[in-house]
Amino acid sequence: MLTKIIEKKWFALVSLVLALLALWYAAALVMNGKQIIQNYERKHQTWTYSQVIDQAYTVKRPMLPAPHQVAIELKKSIFDKSVTSKRSLIYHAQITLNSTLLGFALGSLLGILIAIGIVHNKTLESSLMPWVIASQTIPILAIAPIIVVVLGAINITGVVPKAIISMYLSFFPVTIAMAKGLRASDTLHEELMYTYNASAKQVFWKLRWYSAQPYLFASLKVAIAAALVGAIVAELPTGAQGGLGSRLLSGSYYGQTEQIWAALIVSALLGSILVWIVGLVEKRLLSRRGGPANV
Amino acid sequence: MFNPIKTAIYIAFIALQLGLVITADVGFYQQTSALLLLWFAVIFAVTQLLNQLTLASEQETQYAKFIKPLVPALFAFILLLVWESIVKGFAVSPILLPTPSAIFGALISNIPTLWADFKQTYLKAVLAGYILGSLSGFIVAQWAVKSLFLRNGLLPLGNFMSAIPIVGIAPIMVMWFGFDWQSKAAVIVVMTFFPMFINTLAGLQSVDPIHKDLMHTYAAKKSQIFLKCQLPQALPFIFNALKLNSTLALIGAIVAEFFGTPIVGMGFRISTEVGRMNMDMVWATIVVAAIAGSLSYGALALLEKSLLFWHPSLRSGSKR
Repeated sequence: MLTKIIEKKWFALVSLVLALLALWYAAALVMNGKQIIQNYERKHQTWTYSQVIDQAYTVKRPMLPAPHQVAIELKKSIFDKSVTSKRSLIYHAQITLNSTLLGFALGSLLGILIAIGIVHNKTLESSLMPWVIASQTIPILAIAPIIVVVLGAINITGVVPKAIISMYLSFFPVTIAMAKGLRASDTLHEELMYTYNASAKQVFWKLRWYSAQPYLFASLKVAIAAALVGAIVAELPTGAQGGLGSRLLSGSYYGQTEQIWAALIVSALLGSILVWIVGLVEKRLLSRRGGPANV
Repeated sequence: MFNPIKTAIYIAFIALQLGLVITADVGFYQQTSALLLLWFAVIFAVTQLLNQLTLASEQETQYAKFIKPLVPALFAFILLLVWESIVKGFAVSPILLPTPSAIFGALISNIPTLWADFKQTYLKAVLAGYILGSLSGFIVAQWAVKSLFLRNGLLPLGNFMSAIPIVGIAPIMVMWFGFDWQSKAAVIVVMTFFPMFINTLAGLQSVDPIHKDLMHTYAAKKSQIFLKCQLPQALPFIFNALKLNSTLALIGAIVAEFFGTPIVGMGFRISTEVGRMNMDMVWATIVVAAIAGSLSYGALALLEKSLLFWHPSLRSGSKR
């Protein structure tokens, strides 16, 4: 009976999460406690451990806010503020979401187009493919703020510069997976198309497009997560008016740790929801072709 | 197929464009826009040349090995030429986009600064964080492969972590570990841990049961099973993670430096030079980062090739 429970997935997950929470509380006690003790000693006051423990979870700008402090901050900035308020995390999340989705759409489109070109043209493959791979060894995120600043200088502000970063990050996985998927069609099917005297266009629309779909969706999940990262980092420069990234930056400038953690948690939620939605679409589409193919 | 006269003409077109860019004054397209017509010839010439080179690299001659890298090299050269011509020809402000030659100039004249930044960011933060993160991911995967409990708990967490923007923890780490490289290394440790963990676990689990049985019949010790059966089987997965992590680590370090750093480091250089609108220096730093990223990726790929020469994906027959 007991071993059965231990082997259950939910049990492992729940106990791990509980362990992490416990660790978090302990770490908060130690880190904030140190700060409080230093404070006392600077003022040459006497202190006891019970005093420190009392205060550790209620400090104003803690080194590490305890989970319940973050939860309160989350509740304050999600439910207690109207959605249009600049202090509402929903407002900021929606700004980030806009550029993420635009960048994701553009990036996937670009990725698919490049893959189609690569598969159909030998010259394009040998001249472009090495650079597609090399483009990802360049820490593009590092220049995200510059792109935003530069585009801002020529009056392109708002969602577009951020979407460009997201696009750059999300096109790569799609290109690689699509190139692989478009070539993954069954040889027998290809030969059949050949005997039908099918044109390259027909082969593409009637065969390759379908063989590529499982690969495409696997890569779309990676791409949308990358697009979110791109959007958030692009919001880091001070020019950005809103978004989860600018919440992170202002939180770090003013030492508002609770604000940082709340923004982090919202972005984590946003990321996993986006990936989940792509997964849902994948399941719907792929189930029509006889069960989700796991490639 | 190969026609030396035609090829010479193609090369001449490109040389002509190159000469134009080097000799003409800034803003030459604005003065005589007819010069833009040359691009039709150049682009035609380049496509023809690329086609010829691709064909040549596919024929099984002794030169094919040398011709193959020429194709992407020519492509990149043309891209740089386009960049240089447009920026120079239309007199684009250097704040918006400096020319490749200006970037190169800034790179050459600022080598000591760039080297100090590189040392701070790459040799200290990236290497330390990368090694610690990858190693701990590897070790935890060893435990997880033996325990279903750990696997059940950590795998969903790993998938969750791959969906969230971990670079966001940078401000917190800077607050905890100070402005120096330790905080950047901490960000990198968190970023690189889960990719390594998930990949190593997948690799260790991919071991063929028949191989395990064979080791068992040989009465192999646990350490022997690990070294001779599990580790080689997992190596391709581990290398995947190592390559992925090498890019992640550089990104993590540079982004973390935006949140606070001593007055040295690549992220610091980028953010301050942007503030001074000193764009050629910014781009020079990016070039250094790109070279560092590509070289570490390339070194890992070479190491993989020499360690995994026996693996089907690297054997010459099935090369793609």
